[in-house]
Amino acid sequence: MRFRPRRLITPIALVAGWEGAAQAGVLSPDKLPPPSQVAEAAWRLTLDGSLGLHLLESVERAALGLLIGGLLGLILGALAGLFRNGDDLVDPPVQAARMLPHLGLVPLLIIWVGIGESLKVSLVALGAFFPIYLNTYAGIRDIDERLVEAARTCGLTQLERLRHVVLPGAMPSLFLGLRLAFAAGWLSLVVGEQVNGQSGLGFMMMEARDFSQTEIVVLGLIVYAALGLLSDLALRTAERRTLSWRRGLKAS
Amino acid sequence: MASRPEGVVTATGVSRVFGGTTVLDGVHLRIEKGEVVALLGESGSGKSTLLRILAGLDEEATGEFTTSGSKAVVFQEHRLLPWKRVAENVALGVRGGDAPARTATALEEVGLADRGRAWPSELSGGQSQRVAFARALVREPDLLLLDEPFGALDALTRLKMQALFGRLRARHGFAALLVTHDVEEALLLSDRLLVLDRGRIAEEIEVDLGHPRSVDVPGFNALRRRLLALLHVPADPEE
Repeated sequence: MRFRPRRLITPIALVAGWEGAAQAGVLSPDKLPPPSQVAEAAWRLTLDGSLGLHLLESVERAALGLLIGGLLGLILGALAGLFRNGDDLVDPPVQAARMLPHLGLVPLLIIWVGIGESLKVSLVALGAFFPIYLNTYAGIRDIDERLVEAARTCGLTQLERLRHVVLPGAMPSLFLGLRLAFAAGWLSLVVGEQVNGQSGLGFMMMEARDFSQTEIVVLGLIVYAALGLLSDLALRTAERRTLSWRRGLKAS
Repeated sequence: MASRPEGVVTATGVSRVFGGTTVLDGVHLRIEKGEVVALLGESGSGKSTLLRILAGLDEEATGEFTTSGSKAVVFQEHRLLPWKRVAENVALGVRGGDAPARTATALEEVGLADRGRAWPSELSGGQSQRVAFARALVREPDLLLLDEPFGALDALTRLKMQALFGRLRARHGFAALLVTHDVEEALLLSDRLLVLDRGRIAEEIEVDLGHPRSVDVPGFNALRRRLLALLHVPADPEE
């Protein structure tokens, strides 16, 4: 998709309207401070290093959770997708567990792992696990059996078929799973960070609420949104590069 | 015959049952080196099943069958991997350092020397099927197994592909089992015809029409009528 400057008009107008309304006194600064004040807070917290520190803490939790949940999802999804035994043993419990709203597990998780770091990472891992599992499974299952057969007649061993047919064939679905996992991961992080904590964006927002620093609460929200946006952008770029064959007609 | 040449395919009593339905019922088949055998039959007669058994794609067949030498398969659909460029598709599973050179030669033989870098999605149906033939040829097969390879092509492309097949065969001398439901195609391309009916070879016909042949050589129509009758198709509109 090509960038069109016209698409900037409404966002800019909205921010300008927000600023105008705040300056005119229509919006109470305690309820919703103007963007300029949020930007000021961002600048201040960047300079004293606390924003960077909280951000890093949150990104670390997200990365660790995504890594654990994603790997588990990938491994179990591949087991269930590739092997009949794996399917019979792994898929039923996962399908059942999928119906549990994982964010509703917070009280149980607190009992199990406490309110510390493990809670946040577990929550992100849980959020990331299901989309990766489901899309790995579906990606493998949806591969055209006829292509696998053709590869067999070309003399490819089982391992080679995995590499040349199954893996690239499941790739589009894997990327979809990854994007959903990132979205679920960020959401889980936001929820997890509202529970206790001494650092992270969530902690920063909770603390600011206690001191009625609404601009920092808004800033936290914006940073969360930016993180989600950036990770999605990075994934899309990686996807476009990896799946260039899908745009066959444009590629060469 | 004084000395019988070694067969590329030897099959005795091949049977295949799908959930209580007997699709192949003790088929005997022998294909000699360099011989093109067309396998005809109504739909559901077991033609493709027999081909898949010989291709090693059916593990539940019973009976004895062996194929000697290298073999390659061309299906009705091109079955190219969409995520590999044309040349990579052709070279799939080809071992040895000369693979790129052999790939280039195979693509040249099917008239697509300059399309090696293309993605399969950029090709027309006829071109894709030619790549599928190149993918088979690069394996230097002693036996080509062809499952209605021209069946999905439009009429004009089909004629061109049949001519291409004739040229490739003259050059490489491979044996082939050609599954088809096109009577004229079978008569044009094969040395021998087999008619499969209810899981058995019902008829075997030698085609001694010479190569290259066209539909207007003497004797073509007589054979065509005979075949159509065997396939339970009226050859004349009044019948």
